[in-house]
Amino acid sequence: MSNEIEAIKDPGLPAHVHRKADHDPVAEKRAERQVAILFLISALGTVLFIYSYYFISTDTFVFLPILGSTNAHQLGLGIGLATALFFIGAAAIHWAKTLMPDEEVIAMRHTMRSDDEDREAFVATVKERAGAAGLGRRSLIKRSMGLSLGLIGLSPLVLLRDLGPLPKDDLTKTSWEAGTRLVTDPGDRPIRPEDLEIGAVAQVLPQLRPDEERTLNNIGKDAVLLIRIRPEEFQLSAERLSWTHDGIIAFSKICSHMGCAVALYEQSTKHLLCPCHQSTFDVPRAAKVIFGPAARPLPQLAITVDAEGYLVAQKPFTEPIGPSFWERS
Amino acid sequence: MRKLSQLRRSRIASPLLLVIALFTIGTTFSVASASNKSELTVDQRSAQISEGKQLFLKGCSSCHGLNLEGTSIAPSLIGVGAASVDFQVGTGRMPMADMSTQAVRKKPIYNAEQTAALAAYVASTAPGPAIPNDSALNYERDGNTADGGTLFRTNCAMCHNFAAQGGALTQGKYAPTLMGVEPKYIYEAMITGPQAMPVFSDKTITPAEKLSIIKWIKGAEKEPQLGGAALGRVGPVTEGLLVWTLGLGLLIGVAVWLATKAR
Amino acid sequence: MTARERVAGTVANYVDERTGAAKWAKKNLTKVFPDHWSFLLGEVALYSFIILLLSGTFLTFWFDPSQREVLYEGGYQPLEGLHMSAAYASTLHISFEVRGGLLMRQIHHWAALIFMAAIVVHLMRVYFTGAFRKPREFNWIIGVGLLTLGIVEGFLGYSLPDDLLSGTGIRIAEAIIQALPVVGTYIAFFAFGGAFPGEAFIPRIFTVHVLLLPGIFLALITAHLMLVWYQKHTQWPGPGRTEKNVVGYPLMPAYMAKAGGFFFIVFGVTAFLGAVASINPIWLYGPYNPGQISAGSQPDWYMGWLDGLVRMSPPLETHLLGHTISWNILIPGLIVPGILFTGMALYPFIESWITGDKREHHLLDRPRNVPNRTALGAMSLTFMLVALINGGNDIIANNFHLGINQIMWFSRISIFVLPPIAFVVTKRICLSLQRADRELVLHGRETGRLMMLPHGEFVEVHEPISPELAWKLTAHEQAPALALEETDSRGVRRAGGLKNKLRKRISQANAENIAKPTVEDLKAIEHH
Repeated sequence: MSNEIEAIKDPGLPAHVHRKADHDPVAEKRAERQVAILFLISALGTVLFIYSYYFISTDTFVFLPILGSTNAHQLGLGIGLATALFFIGAAAIHWAKTLMPDEEVIAMRHTMRSDDEDREAFVATVKERAGAAGLGRRSLIKRSMGLSLGLIGLSPLVLLRDLGPLPKDDLTKTSWEAGTRLVTDPGDRPIRPEDLEIGAVAQVLPQLRPDEERTLNNIGKDAVLLIRIRPEEFQLSAERLSWTHDGIIAFSKICSHMGCAVALYEQSTKHLLCPCHQSTFDVPRAAKVIFGPAARPLPQLAITVDAEGYLVAQKPFTEPIGPSFWERS
Repeated sequence: MRKLSQLRRSRIASPLLLVIALFTIGTTFSVASASNKSELTVDQRSAQISEGKQLFLKGCSSCHGLNLEGTSIAPSLIGVGAASVDFQVGTGRMPMADMSTQAVRKKPIYNAEQTAALAAYVASTAPGPAIPNDSALNYERDGNTADGGTLFRTNCAMCHNFAAQGGALTQGKYAPTLMGVEPKYIYEAMITGPQAMPVFSDKTITPAEKLSIIKWIKGAEKEPQLGGAALGRVGPVTEGLLVWTLGLGLLIGVAVWLATKAR
Repeated sequence: MTARERVAGTVANYVDERTGAAKWAKKNLTKVFPDHWSFLLGEVALYSFIILLLSGTFLTFWFDPSQREVLYEGGYQPLEGLHMSAAYASTLHISFEVRGGLLMRQIHHWAALIFMAAIVVHLMRVYFTGAFRKPREFNWIIGVGLLTLGIVEGFLGYSLPDDLLSGTGIRIAEAIIQALPVVGTYIAFFAFGGAFPGEAFIPRIFTVHVLLLPGIFLALITAHLMLVWYQKHTQWPGPGRTEKNVVGYPLMPAYMAKAGGFFFIVFGVTAFLGAVASINPIWLYGPYNPGQISAGSQPDWYMGWLDGLVRMSPPLETHLLGHTISWNILIPGLIVPGILFTGMALYPFIESWITGDKREHHLLDRPRNVPNRTALGAMSLTFMLVALINGGNDIIANNFHLGINQIMWFSRISIFVLPPIAFVVTKRICLSLQRADRELVLHGRETGRLMMLPHGEFVEVHEPISPELAWKLTAHEQAPALALEETDSRGVRRAGGLKNKLRKRISQANAENIAKPTVEDLKAIEHH
């Protein structure tokens, strides 16, 4: 290898090139002035910042190109702060570049590796003192220490148990039961079949019982999408067809992939699209997945009409809604 | 005096007089008739419908069928209502030029009168959603912005994006931006469900709720930039792009300046 | 002695009598730091971290990390009278009523994005120049750890305001936890204090975001910097620079001034972005509701590649014996990222296994001189870029009139096809650049001047390059491939045969280089 690079040697550090300010007092003064100006611009920035804070009201708007109609208070604060900070940096850097010593310095590195003497001394120390502690010999101590340290590691695990309840059947149950009315979201109005035109979609929640309050937890499981198409366009098994009513079909709105709201209904194609990862579901075939990463169709809610002609659920969902989990069969 | 009598005898006097007379009669008539536009007489309505029919046969029937029954390339228009026609023709979506993905909003080729005629004709064949009149569109008075926001986020944002900037649908279709769209067209789109958009029935989203949605959209249109340039109001994608271009660009630029030897 | 010198002397004496600081200070104030702009990328990350600490502390003075429901009566009309969490309401308060609040929120979020971008470009610089080699492997692992924790910290940070966009992100995170086999539902219920969304998650991630992770960051960053300080920074090869020295500028005054000034530059640029560019306008997103969603929902850019991988995943799930395993979530969400990041963390050891090189290295590699490493880096970046672009496929589709389905298929195919292509192309480019360097050394620089020789031939005049440039182009070493015998001298097969075979093969590919000019080559040229 040394043969190859013999003819091309390291020429060493190039000779130091002096800057103008190093030898020309006029250039030096000019550089000083430039640094001073940069510091002064920063000071002006702070003044703008303080002025904006106290004297520009928070609901003043000013029109600027690119930004449009923008809040003047916020802009003044921001530009003031940005200027104040940036120009301190610019001044310091310009000072270092033009006036501070810039001769390259060489320092030697030292190998990371300790020398053999130190290493031997270290090994000897450890051996001697560990031997004195006697952990290797005293197996009774070793074992009982292992037991106590191991056990105490369990205590934080024990303490964390109350972080949350066990899932039990929370993931499999929703508020939908036989006879629960479908109501609009928002608005809580019950729905009749004739309220929906062909091609219509409605965001739906279960009607609350008189003493109940609706939480986000409820919405996260109960949200349902109601869609009306022509009854002859369904391609369903007899059982699933019996879960629809006169062309109206209901699905859980919570995506079977990762739980986003699948609310996007394309009337022309009768597809449902989840905007998170683009899973696409075909409504006439009971929300069968036709594109995207979702592996299961959206659970269908069996609906019918009650005695007063409002849409109600026939029974609860027959499978857990939302994303999959280990215990889901 | 002599000038005027000379002018009266000039060759252009008669034709010029004719033009002035026609102009006067024409403007008087249109001014007089404009004020009664919404109150057409029976005769005027049937004249409108038949004008609409002529326009339809000429410009729409090749795709939508001679009796609005639809063909393989266009749906039936029976029962779509005047509102559908007003929306589609008024925004220039119809007649559809590029048949590939969806009808795009473009410069309408029919003027307001012709659009009204087409709408009247289509509505005459079968009942359907009507064009909302001005009193039904008073969103300032009848709408509530905060409710409109909640309604928008529940029913519209999944296609049109949280700030009504528009969004992608499947196979190249898209939900367009709602910025700068007339309230009437927004209302008509909700009740007629154009193309991929579903229908939002008046019982599931009441007319008052529809006006709240429109009020919210109009507010969003006028919403000033509170924090600076809006970057398209599409979320983190454009924000990340700005960091990698302007942010890192500025910082690396300064770093290069820092490490360069001064002259 | 002037008055100022007297005072300084008294203070210095006071401190030194109690700490012995003078000895340490004397040694370190003259410490030498190599100066190159690419060494400032890590500094951008460091300063962004400090900016995050400062702006974040400001925000905690007003932010209420609670999910209890409140009624909004704050004055922003589009949200008037709505029910929302206290976290969301307090963020609105910071944005609209606290003067400077929106600016600080924006500076904090822009600083987070810049922090992650700076880590990535810093990582790329360290990787492509081989600065992770011995003795800096520990620092590389700490760096990969910082990158991973940074992704988590950023995600938790933008999820705190409990708005529609970030709430959707939390929903997806919960689905990933829930998908873990056997323990998933338990961990999810423990993390959320029950079913999603619950009321426990935001207060808990507040503690993680504000206390636990910043504490870990401070410890890791301190260790990272201490290692750089103690091992001394690497330097580019060049005249006067060897493996045994470090050439640069002393800490005081030049480096201090430049590095200190650069902190203000980074802060200034971040504040500028916070002033002129809107980020995370949560009042437009609305409060989180699991029944709502916006078109074009994405995580912040540093998680975009994860989103892209999840989007392009095939719909794989196994249902066996009453249990479900969601491969469509586990593979893109946990397994592939796990393999990538583990591979990245272990890379210094993988490379030293391939090259058999166990020496210390303090001179950086020019990327062209290590074509395999550079090509591997290009390949990984291509993979990440395809995933990242797919993460924004709906925004791209909507703005460029394309279809999400088409973009998805393009991504599914490209993620397998483009990285190997990137590898081959990059390697060939590196070898070509090596060839160009060799030409430059042997034949000198083309001047563009033509000269006519006596017998009529036209030649271009070449100027010999300077000794400094010649040294820079030839200072690198070109190690031969590992010679691993499969059998020993008596023909008996050695243990570890298959591993060695693999190692030898990769080592051979790794050692493919355009040979540097030898003495013979140079002598031959002299006769021209």
